[in-house]
Amino acid sequence: MKTRLSLTVNGETHEVLVPVHKTLLEVLREDLGLTGTKHGCELGECGTCTVLVEGEPVLSCLALPVEMEGRAITTVEGMAEGSTLHPLQQAFAELGAAQCGYCTPGILLTAQRLLEDNPVPTRTEIKEALAGNLCRCTGYTKILDAVELAALRMGRQPAAGR
Amino acid sequence: MGTTPDPSRSMLSEGAKPPSMEKHEFSVIGRPLPKIDAWAKVTGETKYADDLFLPRMAYGKILRSPHPHALIRRIDTTRARALPGVYAVITGWDLPRVKFGILPVSQDEEALCTEKVRMVGDAVAAVAAADEETAARACELIDVEYEPLASLMSIEESLGHPEVRIHEYGDGPNVHKNVSLQFGDVEAAFARADLVREDVFFFEGNTHLPMEQHAAVAAWGPDGKLTLWSSTQTPHYVHRLLAKILDVPAAHIRVIATAVGGAFGGKLDPFAHEIAACKLSQLTGRPVKIACTREEVFYIHRGRHPVLMWIKTGFTQDGGITGCHLKTWLDGGAYGSYGVASVFYTGVINPVTYKIPVYKFEGARIFTNKPPCGPKRGHGTPQPRFALECQIDKAAEQLGLDPAEMRKRILHEPFTKTANHLTVTTIGLGECIDKVVEASGWRRKWKGWCRPPALPAQPVLGEASEGAVTSAPSDKKRGIGIACSAYLTGAGTAIYWNSMPHSGVLLRADRGGGIAVLCGATDIGQGSDSILAYLPAEILGIDPKDIRVHAADTDLTPVDLGSYSSRVTLMCGTAAIQAAERLKGAIAEATGRKLGVAPQRLAFRDRKVGVPDDWDKAIPFAQAVELAESMHGVLAFAGSYAPPKRAGKYKGGGVGPSPCYSYSACVVDLTVDEESGEVELHDVWIAHDIGRALNPLLVEGQVEGSVYMGIGEALMEAQIFRKGLHKNPSMLEYKSPTTLETPEIHTILVETDDPEGPFGAKEAGQGPLLPVIPAIANAVYDAVGVRIDEIPIVPEKILKGLELRRQGKPPRVGPERIPLFTFKEPIVVESAFGQPAEAMAARPFADAPSSGDSR
Repeated sequence: MKTRLSLTVNGETHEVLVPVHKTLLEVLREDLGLTGTKHGCELGECGTCTVLVEGEPVLSCLALPVEMEGRAITTVEGMAEGSTLHPLQQAFAELGAAQCGYCTPGILLTAQRLLEDNPVPTRTEIKEALAGNLCRCTGYTKILDAVELAALRMGRQPAAGR
Repeated sequence: MGTTPDPSRSMLSEGAKPPSMEKHEFSVIGRPLPKIDAWAKVTGETKYADDLFLPRMAYGKILRSPHPHALIRRIDTTRARALPGVYAVITGWDLPRVKFGILPVSQDEEALCTEKVRMVGDAVAAVAAADEETAARACELIDVEYEPLASLMSIEESLGHPEVRIHEYGDGPNVHKNVSLQFGDVEAAFARADLVREDVFFFEGNTHLPMEQHAAVAAWGPDGKLTLWSSTQTPHYVHRLLAKILDVPAAHIRVIATAVGGAFGGKLDPFAHEIAACKLSQLTGRPVKIACTREEVFYIHRGRHPVLMWIKTGFTQDGGITGCHLKTWLDGGAYGSYGVASVFYTGVINPVTYKIPVYKFEGARIFTNKPPCGPKRGHGTPQPRFALECQIDKAAEQLGLDPAEMRKRILHEPFTKTANHLTVTTIGLGECIDKVVEASGWRRKWKGWCRPPALPAQPVLGEASEGAVTSAPSDKKRGIGIACSAYLTGAGTAIYWNSMPHSGVLLRADRGGGIAVLCGATDIGQGSDSILAYLPAEILGIDPKDIRVHAADTDLTPVDLGSYSSRVTLMCGTAAIQAAERLKGAIAEATGRKLGVAPQRLAFRDRKVGVPDDWDKAIPFAQAVELAESMHGVLAFAGSYAPPKRAGKYKGGGVGPSPCYSYSACVVDLTVDEESGEVELHDVWIAHDIGRALNPLLVEGQVEGSVYMGIGEALMEAQIFRKGLHKNPSMLEYKSPTTLETPEIHTILVETDDPEGPFGAKEAGQGPLLPVIPAIANAVYDAVGVRIDEIPIVPEKILKGLELRRQGKPPRVGPERIPLFTFKEPIVVESAFGQPAEAMAARPFADAPSSGDSR
């Protein structure tokens, strides 16, 4: 059975007609063409498919779009403002925090939420925030470094709304 | 939005060197530049195989065997075909009846099994349908009648039941490969020793666990030509094998490796889903995608072999090694895969790290009814590294030697040969040991061998990680351990015999000064695309951003054999240098004529070409390119690389040779909780001989990733099966380290400027994993006096060891016996230990002009 839904993703509202049991992950990737959100396990175990819903990290492989109507969804495609990258994206690129890049979108969004809650996190706080996001390439070192660098840069120039 | 640099700016704009730049100073090499694909990766733009959606695309699913070993009596696809939305259903009978395998000597696989399944997860049929759900439902409607056979789930079972045969080929019933090599008289070497140790170790198998599941999209066009986009590390081998498997001329097949979301050796074989997607596309006239589930990836596997090891080594009073004899038994799983290479690799790299004047190696790979094992980061070498480094630790204790000092005494000599005829060039291991000993505070932290067993809280020293504990509860014991390793920088031989280049690069210069680099190398996250931009940029004096890299497309790019054996930077890098030097020569000739100077006097830098002493007259690179195109016609130059031919002249001598070897030393500082048996890592110091860091940021990333993966293998990761079924085929149950279990990793790069490497570079992607595992095992012993001779070191084993100690028994947990097994009569060859390396061996295709002023 298909249902018609209205989803607001990265500030744009989309009408979709999807089976009710289709996950948010599938709808984002297959119906909205937002393939920046990746799948790692489809069981809520690896954090790869993390998106933000009303600013909160949500595992999109476990979320149903029917619950998402009227709520603001952010994917990695929505992190940059126009062509200006989010400081986290910039820092991840500069420090080599993305190797294969597959876990990167989920980690970026989780870190974005962390920095909104806690603009000057300690390394331990960053580790705790990212403990649900597996990465097999980096050993996490450059990821933690990049979050620290982004926090530093954002703290220096607090932008409106952050 | 922060004051972040604009990615559109030159990568080199900050701190660009003035033209008076000294010789030997580089403009690109050695700088921590972002990877060229970094921007796409942080914005989600990178397209992995499952991100491809083609018009009219169908979705495929594979039906897999629920039995570990069974005959297929009948397959009936009638009900599946009748399901609405199903486009096609195939079995192995729809494919050409040829068996294949990645190695020419092990042609034992079928994409879809026709008569027999040999493991749970073996593919037996495939479906293409309008959507994934329909395809999955159709798989359930395929009726397969199996006749279950006795299944063999361990080395002992397979050797103990020769009447049950998993395959009909090999070196004996259920023995895939039996190898025996002897270099000198080991018995005489043991007779000369002051101490001879025999130890038995076991290393449980584990898997790659890439974040991206394998996926492929095939499109077989109406012109009869096939394109396959796949998450593969080796488009070239897939291309070759598809031609055989599908019985289609290779000229009509194009394989494109999409961005690979992690691989670590797990995407190096041709897989059922790739082949089924091709066939289904041919039948349906539609593109077909098959994306594996996470559970399927655990069965596809080809990961770390479980290896049982017996090792006997003779030591002298001062720590020298007189000789070593190693026996390994590999649990290979159900198919050959890379297994013949894996057996050799458990033996042949061992003599590269230290002076081992006499060496004997016996190895056997045994078939079992489990997913086949193959190459995982370090391919066959982490297991014996664990064994030898732990044995050296035990010997050091018996000899009363500092284990760091002992290792320094037995370093291999640079530019000499090993017992098994491998040529070693530069060796930075001594410096690596010094650096980790220094950085870790080893001399203060290591308390010697005679510490009281139940020491009260230890003082914790300066470099400890944040929140340093100054006293620990008495059931928590701190320990420190060291280990070392060596690894090859590229296999010296291809997996099929040929005299062609191992890597090729095409460079084309645009009017306007841009450069296109075409190369078959596959970027699996390690940064090979970036290396292919950095090296030509360095030589041509332009910005890496002026270069576009087109990689891993068998239609467009010269062959590179694949991203395995740590070969890519050295091989495609050297080929890229050759191509760039040829282009540079052509540009210099034209520019020299224009400026009225000899081409040799010209320097290339800052996007200009000119005479260094008269730099004001230098002309823009783009203009120089146009002058050159006017003189020579289209500017397209090729570079080729094949390793020096240095294989030992004995059967089996082709596995192990490499242009050069990297070295690593590692110190681990940890705490063991005697109450729970849990290990908490505090810090890992690792020093790695990289030859030269072409980009230190990327090298560090490879080292850190290797250390992390070693930690997972040492402490938690394991492929475990019960009655053929994987016990933990999910990312939750298959434990791997999160941010919380990963300690601070302190990476130190040691540069030795190897004459074989591009600008002196060696490998970084695999070697640094090797010492981490034994360093952890040795640190656990230092902490609680318990030897865990079996990987992974889980809390249960530590508690068992502590219990043994309390009972006054030897506090050691590990395998107690080795199989009754007869190895082949050894191939006996004289030890080449200590012989000088030949003058740098001539390489095929190495006739490029010297790199001149760019070095």
